[in-house]
Amino acid sequence: MDAVFDNLDLFVDGFLTSLRIIVIAMIGSLLLGVVIAACRVSPVPPLRAFGTFWVTTFRNTPLSVVLFACAFGLPEIGINRSFFFFGVLGLVLYTSAFVCEAVRSGINSVSAGQAEAARSIGLNFSQGLRFVVLPQALRTVVPPLGSVIIAMMKNSAVVGAFGVGGDLWSTGATLTSARGLETLPVYVGGVAVGYLIITLSAGALLQLLERRVAIAR
Amino acid sequence: MSQEQSVLYDAQGPRARRRTLIGTVIAVLALLGLAFVVVRRLADRGQFSMELWGPWIDPSNEAFDSVWRLVGEGIVNTLKAAAVAMVLSVVLGTIIAVARLSLGRGGRLPLIVVTEILRGLPVVVLIYIGVRVLDDVGVDLGGLPGGQVFWGLIIGLTAYNMVIFAEIVRAGVASLPKGQREAALATGLTQGQTMRIVLLPQAFRTMLPAIISQLVVVLKDTSLITFIANYDELLSQGESIQRNLDNPIQTFFIIGLIYIAMNYALGRLAQYIQRRQAQAGRAQGQPTETVGLTPATTGTVGGGA
Amino acid sequence: MQFRRTALVAALSVVALTAAACGDDAEDSAAEPTVAEAPEFEAGTTMAELAEAGSITIGTKFDQPGFGLENLEGEVEGFDVEVAKIIAGALGIAPEDITWEQTPSAVREEVLEGGEVDMVVATYTINDARKERITFAGPYYTAGQQIMVASDNDDITGPESLKDNPDAKVCSVTGSTPSEQIREYLASPDQLVLFDEYSQCADSLSNGQVDAVTTDNVILLGFVSESDGNFKLVGEQFTEEPYGIGIAKGDVAFCEFINETLQENEDAYIEAWESTAGQIEGTQTPELPEPDECV
Repeated sequence: MDAVFDNLDLFVDGFLTSLRIIVIAMIGSLLLGVVIAACRVSPVPPLRAFGTFWVTTFRNTPLSVVLFACAFGLPEIGINRSFFFFGVLGLVLYTSAFVCEAVRSGINSVSAGQAEAARSIGLNFSQGLRFVVLPQALRTVVPPLGSVIIAMMKNSAVVGAFGVGGDLWSTGATLTSARGLETLPVYVGGVAVGYLIITLSAGALLQLLERRVAIAR
Repeated sequence: MSQEQSVLYDAQGPRARRRTLIGTVIAVLALLGLAFVVVRRLADRGQFSMELWGPWIDPSNEAFDSVWRLVGEGIVNTLKAAAVAMVLSVVLGTIIAVARLSLGRGGRLPLIVVTEILRGLPVVVLIYIGVRVLDDVGVDLGGLPGGQVFWGLIIGLTAYNMVIFAEIVRAGVASLPKGQREAALATGLTQGQTMRIVLLPQAFRTMLPAIISQLVVVLKDTSLITFIANYDELLSQGESIQRNLDNPIQTFFIIGLIYIAMNYALGRLAQYIQRRQAQAGRAQGQPTETVGLTPATTGTVGGGA
Repeated sequence: MQFRRTALVAALSVVALTAAACGDDAEDSAAEPTVAEAPEFEAGTTMAELAEAGSITIGTKFDQPGFGLENLEGEVEGFDVEVAKIIAGALGIAPEDITWEQTPSAVREEVLEGGEVDMVVATYTINDARKERITFAGPYYTAGQQIMVASDNDDITGPESLKDNPDAKVCSVTGSTPSEQIREYLASPDQLVLFDEYSQCADSLSNGQVDAVTTDNVILLGFVSESDGNFKLVGEQFTEEPYGIGIAKGDVAFCEFINETLQENEDAYIEAWESTAGQIEGTQTPELPEPDECV
């Protein structure tokens, strides 16, 4: 375990970088996912088609391919940003498809009467979505949305391999292959523990949240 | 589609239809405009040159045959790893689920701890442990058919997915009507027999779509091996190809399409089976409770990895 | 810029095609090393075992243009591969009896310790930490770390200027020795961008995502020569990387045999260079370095 304690500062830095990636990606993918879900249920056919295309593409492509497209494809169309930006963007794009599907199944779970009632008091589509359907849907989607976000936290490990560096996963790679430390303490004692701290506490938070927003159906 | 729309809006009148039409035109123009800009910029960078695309689309290109042979091998290896990991995950997941359902509080606790740990780790870390760490601490997988990297990958994928399956199986068994178990016990079957003969077969039937959906996750996750070691699955083959031909954009575009096609087909298969089961259930007049087991939600249980 | 490697690959395949046209048995006659007929070795030595078996397993890289690169047909090509063939030839083992094992940097000591390969020829820098675990024959080549930038970049003139340009990003490969050695020249660790492969660094340099790439000069020269003048090397090499041939720890007899074989086959050695890494513009045919003492 010396390998971990001697390099504790590196692991802490890696942990914080991973956390930063995760927090930004969480906000981004929730926002984008809701927008895509709105597209998928909108009355405008090309937007629906776009939403379906989006979900089909990003749900069926490995994250590593999405990240590759961001890190090497976007510069080819003249978008030059930091690799951190590209990495987080890739994670957001990928996760948004899953957020969208969770939100959409939540919208579908809202009984038709609710939307009908909203319309009968004169709310239009976007008002009905915003004030009546989404608030209810977001409650029912907390559990599936929570697992999407926790999955995203785990997926963030892959981002480190695309020029971002300094996160938990890359820290492990640097310590073992460049500095020759044993893999067992570095990965099991350091990297794995770091991710467990993040995902397990997120899981506990999620349970708290679920209990607070849960509604009997 | 039509069903879900009706939740949000009524059949449209003339004004709404006009608005929809305007919206359609704007959306189409915006999407086309975006596509146009992207294509133009790619063209400016010479990304549409035949020199880069030739090996992929021109059968007379000297690299064409090799490239598609490599991709073919890659697809086979990807499917092989995904299938083996899947079978092991289902078997071990079922055992874990049954153990959790039948063990007492004391016996359950270690299983819960293991489940939580495995579910809390990135699958790429588990694959690393399977491929590198196990080897370093002296677990020799090299003697198995397929080699050390293959089995390391399988161990990593299985460790991650078996606990997810355990949850799916548990949910599947829990979703069965209580009467099934009571009736089985009443006919004199033991607890184990009840589980094996009555509950699990029914649970599996409702779980089949979930299993196939999870296969999509496993299939995508096989590509993570490229960050750790050499196994000639689809993505690694793509890297090898672009290393020789220096056409990364084109190569990964095609590789991405192949992944999408494979996974889309699997997803449709899951939907088809689910719909058939729903119909069969309705025909027999019994509700098939597949709450939490639809492809959409299992995608999320599976962690969208 | 996208045609960097295509050019070299095309050139090499033309060579291969012409060679193949010359005769069935001489697949790559230019670089074909001599295979000794029934050489005699003292019983019990590694050489005797390998010669007896008539086959050998050699670890090399599969992703290093010029040194060890797997082509689309699944064959590995490069200087390391040719050097290994010379040694195998002296053992009476023909190239087709060699099993090539892919050994990326991270596993090289491991596969030697585990006996999975008989030797490793894989741009393998000799250093003391590695000598604890394995024995090195050679060196057979001395490389040095250098910096590659875009041709129109006049701000970065060597590793020293990285500190003066704290916004400049320099790219290298995760877990590699060069990625560690460059750190002392950086103003902040954020300047270092790490990928899995040098080709990804070169792609990022070509589309402006990074300002410099650093690793051993021979690898960089490969990218420079294929960049149509878009890349250049700057500054002197700032490290010395003697490449050795890794074998099982303590096998002094095998180590001495390898060193003698290379000394006796200097022509084949030069041939090996010229048919592979020597094709890269700007490289100089090396002289075989004096071997280190075998320990």
